[in-house]
Amino acid sequence: MTLDPVYLEYPRRRHGYDHDLYSWSALHQRAPVQWPQGSVAVWICVSLEWFPIIPGGAFAAPGHMQTAYPDYRHYTARDYGNRVGAWRFLDALAKVGARASFATNAAVAERYPELVRAVLDGGHELIAHSTDMNGTIDSSLAASAERDLISEAMHRIEVASGVRPKGWLSIARSQSFNTLELLKEAGLTYCCDWVNDELPYRFGNGLVDLPLNHELSDRTIIAVQQQSADSWAQSLEDAFDWLTAEAATTGSGRMLPIHVTPYIMGLPYRIAAFERLLQRLGQRSECWFARGDEIVSSWEAQQ
Amino acid sequence: MKEGAGDPQLYDYAPYRGRQKVIWPGGKTVAVWVAPNLEYYEIDPPAHPKRKAWARPHPDVVGYSHRDHSNRVSHWRMAEVMSKHGFPGSVSLSVALSQHHPEVVADGAARGWEFFSHGIYNTRYTYEMSEDQERAIIADSIHTVREATGQTIRGWLAPALTHTPRTLDLIAEMGLDYTCDLYHDDQVQEVKVRSGRLASIPYSLEVNDHYGFFVYNMSGREYAETLIRQFERLAVEGEESGTVMCIPLHAYLIGQPHRIGPFEEALRHIAADGRAWIARAGEIVDAWRAQQ
Repeated sequence: MTLDPVYLEYPRRRHGYDHDLYSWSALHQRAPVQWPQGSVAVWICVSLEWFPIIPGGAFAAPGHMQTAYPDYRHYTARDYGNRVGAWRFLDALAKVGARASFATNAAVAERYPELVRAVLDGGHELIAHSTDMNGTIDSSLAASAERDLISEAMHRIEVASGVRPKGWLSIARSQSFNTLELLKEAGLTYCCDWVNDELPYRFGNGLVDLPLNHELSDRTIIAVQQQSADSWAQSLEDAFDWLTAEAATTGSGRMLPIHVTPYIMGLPYRIAAFERLLQRLGQRSECWFARGDEIVSSWEAQQ
Repeated sequence: MKEGAGDPQLYDYAPYRGRQKVIWPGGKTVAVWVAPNLEYYEIDPPAHPKRKAWARPHPDVVGYSHRDHSNRVSHWRMAEVMSKHGFPGSVSLSVALSQHHPEVVADGAARGWEFFSHGIYNTRYTYEMSEDQERAIIADSIHTVREATGQTIRGWLAPALTHTPRTLDLIAEMGLDYTCDLYHDDQVQEVKVRSGRLASIPYSLEVNDHYGFFVYNMSGREYAETLIRQFERLAVEGEESGTVMCIPLHAYLIGQPHRIGPFEEALRHIAADGRAWIARAGEIVDAWRAQQ
């Protein structure tokens, strides 16, 4: 038996990465950043998702329909987040005076204008989150189709909400090799998809990555790892404690991304854990509750 | 191994009860070694006939960037915690990391860590390699680590745990003296090879951070408690004959901000206990070999 000799060739074995999307940089060697307040920017990002009952797109988004058509079970359980869970989040955020980011499908902006109005009235930010949960991106998508998908999402969000987002979150953080270029072309300032860092950094083309840690999300800890809401909140508090200590030692601000989903964390038996977490973090002097665009602006001003 | 046989004949059966007493330095009962996997995964590797590199079409953004977190952020965090509590690493190295991010490799070397090979990349699999091809990746590993650190590698953890029936024979023949690929024991064991001698040092899947977090779905605190229980048991049993506990790590998992704090507490516990011989893989193999 033998493998094609090409399999033992390594044309991109070189200093730095095996791609040119961004350059190598270790967090601890960068100049310190200071936030407008506190030492840990706590970035809450809520996903507002509408799953068509007929799945489509490049791949099935996490949380999509699972049974034969018509899958009432998953269609309605996901939509619960938009009808009920998201409103619980808005109340919880208001209670501690936190401003957050809402990664929003264009379809949610169009279908549920009351919700998006309340998000904007609360001082929160809209991040573009594709068209709907069929608006998935990967390399199976032709560049022209991907360009159309991104511009359609941006256009529909802007028409429905009156706001053109500066940030983009891909569904399942999934991109193609063209995505960074296409997001830049669509006038976006940042995306949240690459989870390789704990502070913003710049891609080669000038777009900023604001890493939305997937490991800390309610999806990973509760839906995938099957932990309780209390265990999730404990993990987030452990993370906050670690980051405040690291900020104190290094003299540089840190960031704690909290990615939550209304149909997961917004359930009656889980929401109290979220509320308690926000209250406990809000009492700490190191905590700066910030929207994604505020973190990016603060960071950019210091580069 | 014996190719084509149901029993690959890697080793002889040796009951846990009644073994010769293995004695660790200083009267310690359990040798504890920490094995950080310092890896490089390619964003767009060539296809292998037996195994896909990524779950998603390339680029698998989450898969790739999650692992890149090690080199940008979490290696440094994990390494500091290990040094603070007196744990050197015995590194399972994707040797191409020496080209991509030599800073990470140099950091480990400066901390006195030992390096062994984990293949060229963790996205290049050994299945179906010819003998010459497999010799080429072993030779590449020896050469690359020597250039990067001055060390001559002694051990092997197959890239992505992919093997051929010849792997263990070849590494022994090319001068390596331990393997981390066999999970059959809590003590160092002799492996049957064509020529030379090869020791199997207990690595671990069960308390590997990857298994802890993504097979057993533990929280950071539950994983830390698991390490402590593993240690406590092996420390007691090591009174009969010295045992080995490995803590295999991936910085992008253990170095996440919600897990590193509980992990530090586990290291603090083990270091303070007094029964642990905290050592590098090669030292453990040497101490065992001297008693055979």
